[in-house]
Amino acid sequence: MDSSPTILIGGAAGQGLLTVGQLLSRVLVRSGFHIVVTQDYMSRIRGGHNTFSIRMSSAPIVAPRETVNILIAFDGESVRKHLSHMTNDGIIVMADNVQAETGNHTCLRIPVATLGKPAMFNIMAAAIVATLLDLDDGLVDKTMREELPDSFDEAAAALQAAFSWARNTGVSRPSLRPAGVSAPRMMVNGNEALALGAIAGGLRFAAFYPMTPGTSVMLTLLAHADRMGLVVEQAEDEIAAVTMAIGASFTGAPSLVSTSGGGFALMGEGVSLAGMTETPLVVIIAQRPGPATGLPTRTEQADLEFVLHAGHGEFPRAILAPGSPEQCFELAAHALDLAERTQGPVLILTDQFLADSYRDVAPFRAETITPVYPLELTPHDEGVYARYALTDTGISPRALPGSGKKLVVADSDEHTEDGHITEDLTIRTKMVEKRLRKMELLRNECIRPAFIGADNPDLLFVCWGSVLGAVTEAAEELSAQGIKAASLHFSQVWPLVAESFLPLLERSGAVVVVEGNATGQFARLLRRECGFMAQVRINRYDGLPITPEFILRQLAEKELIS
Amino acid sequence: MVSEEEFGRYETAWCPGCGNFSILKAMKKALVMSGLAPYEVLFVSGIGQAAKAPHYLNAHVFNGLHGRALPVATGAKLANPRLAVIAESGDGCTYGEGGNHFLAAIRRNINVTLIVHDNQVYGLTKGQASPTSEEGFVTKAQPHGVLSAPFNPLAVAVTMRAGFVARGFSGAVEELATLISLAIAHPGFALVDVLQPCVSFNKVNTFSWYRKRCATLPPDYDPTDWEAALHTALEWGEKIPTGVLYRNDRPSFESRFPVLDKGPLTNVRVDRESYGEIIAAMT
Repeated sequence: MDSSPTILIGGAAGQGLLTVGQLLSRVLVRSGFHIVVTQDYMSRIRGGHNTFSIRMSSAPIVAPRETVNILIAFDGESVRKHLSHMTNDGIIVMADNVQAETGNHTCLRIPVATLGKPAMFNIMAAAIVATLLDLDDGLVDKTMREELPDSFDEAAAALQAAFSWARNTGVSRPSLRPAGVSAPRMMVNGNEALALGAIAGGLRFAAFYPMTPGTSVMLTLLAHADRMGLVVEQAEDEIAAVTMAIGASFTGAPSLVSTSGGGFALMGEGVSLAGMTETPLVVIIAQRPGPATGLPTRTEQADLEFVLHAGHGEFPRAILAPGSPEQCFELAAHALDLAERTQGPVLILTDQFLADSYRDVAPFRAETITPVYPLELTPHDEGVYARYALTDTGISPRALPGSGKKLVVADSDEHTEDGHITEDLTIRTKMVEKRLRKMELLRNECIRPAFIGADNPDLLFVCWGSVLGAVTEAAEELSAQGIKAASLHFSQVWPLVAESFLPLLERSGAVVVVEGNATGQFARLLRRECGFMAQVRINRYDGLPITPEFILRQLAEKELIS
Repeated sequence: MVSEEEFGRYETAWCPGCGNFSILKAMKKALVMSGLAPYEVLFVSGIGQAAKAPHYLNAHVFNGLHGRALPVATGAKLANPRLAVIAESGDGCTYGEGGNHFLAAIRRNINVTLIVHDNQVYGLTKGQASPTSEEGFVTKAQPHGVLSAPFNPLAVAVTMRAGFVARGFSGAVEELATLISLAIAHPGFALVDVLQPCVSFNKVNTFSWYRKRCATLPPDYDPTDWEAALHTALEWGEKIPTGVLYRNDRPSFESRFPVLDKGPLTNVRVDRESYGEIIAAMT
């Protein structure tokens, strides 16, 4: 079997795929394997066809793959849909009452009625796959106890019955050994990592209106809110969510909202308000395919231009685009800090693939993060306070209402230095320039793109956000084939500081911009901001994540590789 | 002891004779009656002539977007429950653009005082119908008269069992000051809908029109009687009742968050030990 096999779990919504997927993923991580999970689900609560795929490896991996080595099929549909993706030595695990043509593949038909309730197929399948992969029975049992505390007794019986059946049937074991990682790893997806990063970064307030795939950031925050001292509120709509966050932030609570493109469309006025009132604000936009409702549960990177231009008027902003759960953790904390220091909006662009993609990472440590604590005035300061004092940097010393006697006045109208509404056009000009001067700080703080690979490559992949993993592995494969390939990943897409990467682009051979949209938004942004025109674009917009195979196929089609 | 002078005097952008002047006066009186110093009060307003009011007194101010005073006020109150938070705006801003937030604030029962300058017309945009304009009210934007039925904010608030529901009249400054101070003292969501003339754009509901109709509720009126309050809230015509129509003692929204017992959120520090335990559970 492959050294990094993929286990694909397929079935209808409501059959318990997620349970077995998360259980197996956690057991794999605890056994010392690296994982990359891809979740592909339909926008429905019951029925349809969903998949949860786990790519596992002893060596570090960062991207999903398209081939399937072990298929857990909850129904015949799953076999029919994925048979063509299976490797020759692939194994199908299914209930003995499922009818499907399985070709020449080894097929383990579990006698579900004999081993327990048919609804326990997911647990039985986990036992079979654990046996196939030579995982520790006790570890599966222990992990299941943690994952399913309420239905554990029933599930445990099914699990043990399935273990016995697997042993008696002589399920063969591939020679796959864990990496022998001694330090424990944690299993986390992109959205959870964002929430955990924000908490470590000093988040105090969050508001949201539910929208896939952004909601689970908030659900993660809510799970820890009481313990960590956060206030999290489901607002009546996205406009309320973002303006609530602005209100909380104005009063000194580092705040964030999360949504997807459609919800962010409603938040536009709030982003502009944060820009004008110079209130720190972090917005997470987990992208999904649009326009309008689009494909609600799939992935895309088509909101870059929208987020770049969201909000009327001119004001500075930063846009971060993490490429992995580790970067989600770091950048969520960084976003809060940057929003506080620049007193304005910082936007984080992710997508459904990354939001839902579980990985194994080194356990996050709050000690590695300096949390944001908004500045406070001394309690007895008197006199007029100029919230918008004109300064060389554009940053005005921030006071919080309620922390002293100075009165804090903020206005969405153009305003004087002390925050009052004005139509004095001389002040207007000065205020525009003051706000835009903060761009200098944002440029200085801009995260440089990460270059991976040998210098002066013949082929340079350029990407942003969640495409990092696919591009990294595609470049590795090309290098293994003797092609000098490298990659450049932008985890911050605005502002772009050309000096930090333009020479790299110019030193490279073919520059290939890989992104999850149809029109090459980042490629065009590079051209607009840096005057650099990439020769090749690889775009995916069918709602699925970009894989290394997809990239290599596209290169072959464009005859850049044979 | 706080005095009205501490809240300052400012030049305004309002028309001479506007009801806003009296409301501003009543507001300062109410703040004095409440014993609040300027630095203990945060005004949050939307956009409109009424929403400019917080610029004309001394306090913390967040003058935000049209319709969005309540969510900003909600966020601010949740971040610092020690601040007296007053949302102030007009009928168009609050009941039109911000209608959804109005309903949500009532449901939450967030301890925010909402003062609505209700002149039944849009002033800043020059005379279009507002949600409280009466049917048939003719404007340049409604040349055939308003076709929609008017929104009754008090009836909606009472129906939803809002914490505190009152109506005032800009022509009765002392009564209005008392109503605002009661609203501030109420430990939950409090609405004071203030009828006021718009001298420039509402030639129907004039000062004398309101003066003739507004009548203070009798001393034996029981604002805790919900059904009676519902009837009272529906009264509109020759007689328009003013005073506290309804109140109850639902716990405030912010009192449900234990973390807020400790004061402003900005003072909370990251508990790294608990954080470590959360992470440990994920390995």
